[in-house]
Amino acid sequence: MTGAAEIPFWAALPVAVLVLFGAGLGLTGSIGLLRLRGFYERVHAPTLGTTLGIGSILIASMLFFSVLQTRPVLHELLIAAFIVVTTPVTLMLLARAALHRDRAESDPSVPAPAAPTAPPPPA
Amino acid sequence: MTAALLGAALLLAQLMLAVAMGCAALRALVGPRAQDRVLALDTLYVNAAMLLLVFGIRTGTTHYFEAALLVTLLGFVATAALSKFLMRGEVIE
Repeated sequence: MTGAAEIPFWAALPVAVLVLFGAGLGLTGSIGLLRLRGFYERVHAPTLGTTLGIGSILIASMLFFSVLQTRPVLHELLIAAFIVVTTPVTLMLLARAALHRDRAESDPSVPAPAAPTAPPPPA
Repeated sequence: MTAALLGAALLLAQLMLAVAMGCAALRALVGPRAQDRVLALDTLYVNAAMLLLVFGIRTGTTHYFEAALLVTLLGFVATAALSKFLMRGEVIE
């Protein structure tokens, strides 16, 4: 605890609240991952932690180091931008892979692929 | 007072994130299918990055930031590669 004693109370309070909020969202997402039943329900739960959860912890970290070093410390924006770009990509890839696997096993609980569009009528 | 408040909040956050990583690890162990395990691994990576950021706030050094950035990078690469493997491994082989 080198820095926590040096920052004023008005900065420590939002840092504490934001860190607890982010950790709570991460915990909620992971409990949802453990408790929900099907894969397509479970894929929604961790996105709580990967968007708002890590976002609020990053804001808390930016605020803490900016107050501690008395200058703007914004390199946490790198992680934020990276998470915002990659989370939809990975989860979309994973959901499509799961759908593909379920269709390959002809699981009746997933919808069939969309019907191919009719070829244009011969002129 | 200020240090005690912040220390208690950070300790509680660390405990919550540790429990979250435990839940994700349990889901990765029990499965039941491969895509569940990949999803649990992705969640584990994000929780680890959050835990590293909280460690960084606790110690007051910015070194943990680089570790968190590396963990998020590796998590994206690992999840994307495993998803492509799940998509193609059964069909083209």
